[in-house]
Amino acid sequence: MTQQGLTQRGTAQKSVQQEDMTKEGITGEALRSAPLRQRRTAGALLPWVTTPALVLVLVLAWHAYVERSGISAFILPPPAAVWDAWTGLIIATQTWRHTAATVYETLAGFFWASLIGVGLGVMIGRIRWLERVINPFVIATQVVPKVALVPLLIVWFGFGMPSKIVIAAIFAFFPILTNTVLGVKSLDPGHRDVMISLNASRLWVFRRLELPSAMPYILSGMEVGIVLGLIGAVVGEYLGGNTGLGYLLVARMNAYETDMLFAVIVHMTMVGFVFYFGIGAVRQLLIPWHESVASDHKTRS
Amino acid sequence: MPLVVDQSPSAATGIRLSAVEKWYGSAQQPVHALSATDLDIAAGELVVLLGPSGCGKTTLLRMLGGLIRPTHGDIAIGSRTLWSADQRDGTSMAELGLVFQEPNLFPWLTVAQNIALPLELRGVPAAERIRRAAELAALVGIQGFEQRWPRELSGGMRQRAAIARSLAHDPRILLMDEPFGALDAMTRDAMNLELQRIWMATGKTIVLVTHSITEAVFLADRIVLLSPRPGRIDWICPVEFARPRAIELQSEGAFQALASALRKRLQAMA
Ligand SMILES: Nc1ncnc2c1ncn2[C@@H]1O[C@H](COP(=O)(O)OP(=O)(O)O)[C@@H](O)[C@H]1O
Ligand SMILES: [Mg+2]
Repeated sequence: MTQQGLTQRGTAQKSVQQEDMTKEGITGEALRSAPLRQRRTAGALLPWVTTPALVLVLVLAWHAYVERSGISAFILPPPAAVWDAWTGLIIATQTWRHTAATVYETLAGFFWASLIGVGLGVMIGRIRWLERVINPFVIATQVVPKVALVPLLIVWFGFGMPSKIVIAAIFAFFPILTNTVLGVKSLDPGHRDVMISLNASRLWVFRRLELPSAMPYILSGMEVGIVLGLIGAVVGEYLGGNTGLGYLLVARMNAYETDMLFAVIVHMTMVGFVFYFGIGAVRQLLIPWHESVASDHKTRS
Repeated sequence: MPLVVDQSPSAATGIRLSAVEKWYGSAQQPVHALSATDLDIAAGELVVLLGPSGCGKTTLLRMLGGLIRPTHGDIAIGSRTLWSADQRDGTSMAELGLVFQEPNLFPWLTVAQNIALPLELRGVPAAERIRRAAELAALVGIQGFEQRWPRELSGGMRQRAAIARSLAHDPRILLMDEPFGALDAMTRDAMNLELQRIWMATGKTIVLVTHSITEAVFLADRIVLLSPRPGRIDWICPVEFARPRAIELQSEGAFQALASALRKRLQAMA
């Protein structure tokens, strides 16, 4: 293909193309997308204004209620006291030792849950008989109240970190597994036909079709899983051991330091947010093509 | 008509169907989708399969494309047999480019990566793939959109990208199953013109399925009319309008006469 050939063909084609560009609304789309994008950016900025505003309103209402009702600080401390407790909390090195323990347990549990959940999920999603065999057990693990297992796991794995890691893993496991199965199963038959017609090897089918197609589902499972894993780790810490944010929380409760209790809850919420946004960042990295990541959605015509 | 791909029309390949038959379903409830069918398609010919829905057009095309196996009979691509036992012949498969009713682009690949997918699977180096994807994008009229995600394209543009992908590995035969069926009438006319241009530029053998009489008469060298229950060839009708055909041809008397003759036969089937 010579450069000249390209130019020549380009001009010859122009009339046809211009004609059907308008027909297809390509130009229309370009015109439309400018204000649409502005509206989207405005929409994206909105929470940055409303969230602090709503939090402020909530805190003011809380403050007013405590002032007016004269409620005991043991039941509901005023926001200022919680603020003081929280600033005290985050400058204490102890807090960060506990935070590190909880974060470590959550991440380790999440890691194992992901490894086993994705691995098993891929197998279950592909092998029909395996799904039939394993499904009752999968449902059983979902139906059993997982907190009921916590004391047992502490008996088995001790008061240290291993029991918390196992608990976090069990909590995080289920959404990762079910979403992986769903992802593997929801392969588009049309996409499969494309790969068959191209005589693609199994490895290519996996790399270019099965894996990317399941990825959004897996990441959704992980998003839920990591937050549940954090809950699992904290619940484990309630019941055994002397480290972690869960332990910190129970210790403050036993000391009747309600303002500190609030401060720990706020701190834990922050940790939860960090995890959640961490997965969001991974999502952006791994599936930039997906609607859930896109900054500019376009409707399918 | 400028030539776009370095390839002479003699590089095309013919197709021969010998007593090709297809049954679906179980032994208890068999569905006879296509009764024994013989058909010769010449190298470089543009054949349109026309018929009401359920007459086995998709079945026939999917068998030609190696996606499903005929219950009986043989399909030859050039001099090679497509199916032996339940094995597809890889060499024959490489001669085929498929375009489906849906664009079936992979949403996780950019338009260029989608177009170049057949090349990637064949181990073509990245630089060459980029060059070829740009060339093909230009051929189907979506230059400038190579780095977009498929979801950013309109329906017509996505189908253009799908056509570009089917051409990427330079197959000698293009099989298209109602490729423009989901598009509005105006876009469809434009796509028919584009397809004619691409076909004239590349000299490929094209088998196109449609249920639009106008599309069939406009594009075909030969129309193969299929009738349903079970699917079989009802009529083979040569179309001899000069090329390149313009959209205005559709309002000419001879065009409309042929279209109405086809419509009569189709109505007789119902
Ligand atoms: N996978 C399948 N299983 C059972 N029956 C099928 C299957 N695919 C198609 N059929 C039947 O075969 C006949 C032909 O279908 P198809 O080839 O899709 O027709 P067309 O594309 O002309 O509309 C129809 O009666 C349809 O119901
Ligand atoms: Mg069909």
